Amino acid sequence: MKKTISRTARQNAITYGIVLAFFAVMQPLAMTGKLSSSLSGLLIPFCYYVVLAVSLNLTVGILGELSLGHAGFMCVGAFASAFFSKCVQGTITNSLVRFLLALLIGSAFAALFGILIGIPVLRLRGDYLAIVTLAFGEIIKNLVNVLFIGRDSEGIHFSMKDSLSLHLGEGGEVLVNGPQGISGISRDSTFILGTILVLLTLFIVLRLIQSRDGRAIMAIRDNRIAAESIGINITKYKLMAFTVSAALAGAGGVLYAHNLATLTATSKNFGYNMSIMILVYVVMGGIGNIRGSVIAPVVLNLVLDYFLRKFQLMGDSPVLQFLSDNRMLIYAIVLILIMVMTWSPKMVEKRNALFGRRKESKEG
Amino acid sequence: MAILEVKNLGISFGGLRAVNEFNLTIEKGELYGLIGPNGAGKTTVFNLLTGVYRPDSGVIFLDGKDITGKRTIDISKEGIARTFQNIRLFGKLSVLDNVKAGMHNHHTYSAVAGILHTGSWRRAEREMDEKAMQLLKVFELDQEAEHLASNLPYGKQRKLEIARALATDPKLLLLDEPAAGMNPQETQALMDMIRLVRDQFDMTILLIEHDMKLVSGICEELTVLNFGEVLAQGETSTVLAEPQVITAYLGE
Repeated sequence: MKKTISRTARQNAITYGIVLAFFAVMQPLAMTGKLSSSLSGLLIPFCYYVVLAVSLNLTVGILGELSLGHAGFMCVGAFASAFFSKCVQGTITNSLVRFLLALLIGSAFAALFGILIGIPVLRLRGDYLAIVTLAFGEIIKNLVNVLFIGRDSEGIHFSMKDSLSLHLGEGGEVLVNGPQGISGISRDSTFILGTILVLLTLFIVLRLIQSRDGRAIMAIRDNRIAAESIGINITKYKLMAFTVSAALAGAGGVLYAHNLATLTATSKNFGYNMSIMILVYVVMGGIGNIRGSVIAPVVLNLVLDYFLRKFQLMGDSPVLQFLSDNRMLIYAIVLILIMVMTWSPKMVEKRNALFGRRKESKEG
Repeated sequence: MAILEVKNLGISFGGLRAVNEFNLTIEKGELYGLIGPNGAGKTTVFNLLTGVYRPDSGVIFLDGKDITGKRTIDISKEGIARTFQNIRLFGKLSVLDNVKAGMHNHHTYSAVAGILHTGSWRRAEREMDEKAMQLLKVFELDQEAEHLASNLPYGKQRKLEIARALATDPKLLLLDEPAAGMNPQETQALMDMIRLVRDQFDMTILLIEHDMKLVSGICEELTVLNFGEVLAQGETSTVLAEPQVITAYLGE
């Protein structure tokens, strides 16, 4: 039907428009130095948070499976691409070409891990799937921490013990140094590249959802047995959604890695804290609502940034200390409140009474 | 030639013989009824036919082809479609998308084509839209094409489930208690619709039903199951007059 296609096209255009408008406002401000240093430092994080939230929404909202290991795929993408960039730093001098190649490699590796982890994990459902993805996320992070790779005239050396057991020859350098990670990465990420990556992610996810494959994925979410009865291959489409989601998370990781001089895998950046934070973005933006996943990370971080600066002006207050120490606690409370507000029948009743009954058919 | 031929079909769950030595032959274009008291094994027969369960014994031929022990999705591709006793729609998808999901294996394009919107995507989607709207018109659902399936009233959800099953372009349509939860007027309308589906789509239909008015009204042949065994088989009027069938339903 013509009407449907044009309506979804308009909805998508609004989503792309929001991203472009945000870019159009922020980029000139950043160029002319009108942004505070903390805010301009947030521009690239905005981009990878959005990429991660949108990609996780593909798994959680569209496929309908709760994955708690999303940061693990981000970690794979970050390290694979940073390793590549570090290796070719001398040979490929054009930073754009280097970044694009790193992006391809990072996403490809993350996709590979998505397939390898997806095959066993997607046999599970619900809580069990959440627990196992959580474990895989942690495993990836911990594996990276015992990874030592060095290079000398003889070639690449590899060890899982320490940097000494690499036995590097004269003039050799350690590329990946276990817990110390990868240092001296060229900072190729820019806000422009980040915005393009966000648009690309949206393009892939939105069009996937509206294609035959997306319909199959959502059919599985809504009723697995019925989907099977009309000839939809459950395993194939679950794996497809999971892999695309992982690849895009890897792309987010590439952006993350090339925004840092030194990349390490700690529980803060690639641990379950990160996975939960991305999930908070998805839930706040609305599960299955892609546009929400674009807006939520930006709004949440802007609010956080605003309050942090407010408290900073007041001096070294205990409130600030508490806030920065217990960020995850606050996120958890927010998450619970959202769940209660959305699902509790009493709250739904109150909300309907307050705002009038919204037409349900408008959703989705 | 028979569309469906089932010989000696049987399955046990633990010590329970749920279906035993089940034989069934359905000719093309027939409206066939499968009846029996609660727990007689009717839905189990459906699950065996659609590959949800693998039979312990017996063979199933669809249009002369052996489909015994195949997977559900392969049986769907071979041409058996079904509806469910408790409605199973894709609630968060639109009515139109529910039907288009049914055409999943008939209008294909690659995922890349779907993302890049190539010619094959455009063609397939347009064909699907047209066909789906035609189907929805038959079931008087075309006005609700954009609604979410979960927002449809009960009777229309039943219709949509049949429309989705027909979208898979089956040779045999299995309806599991289509009149469950319907009032007499709705049941009457459903009977007309089932006849219409048979005539318009040249369909062969096997249905499970408890509503005797519906069964005697539209089914040409019947099989009565009781405790997993075939109690009676044959023309509707003769079968319903048989004393053991009446006993099974009403008791001594």
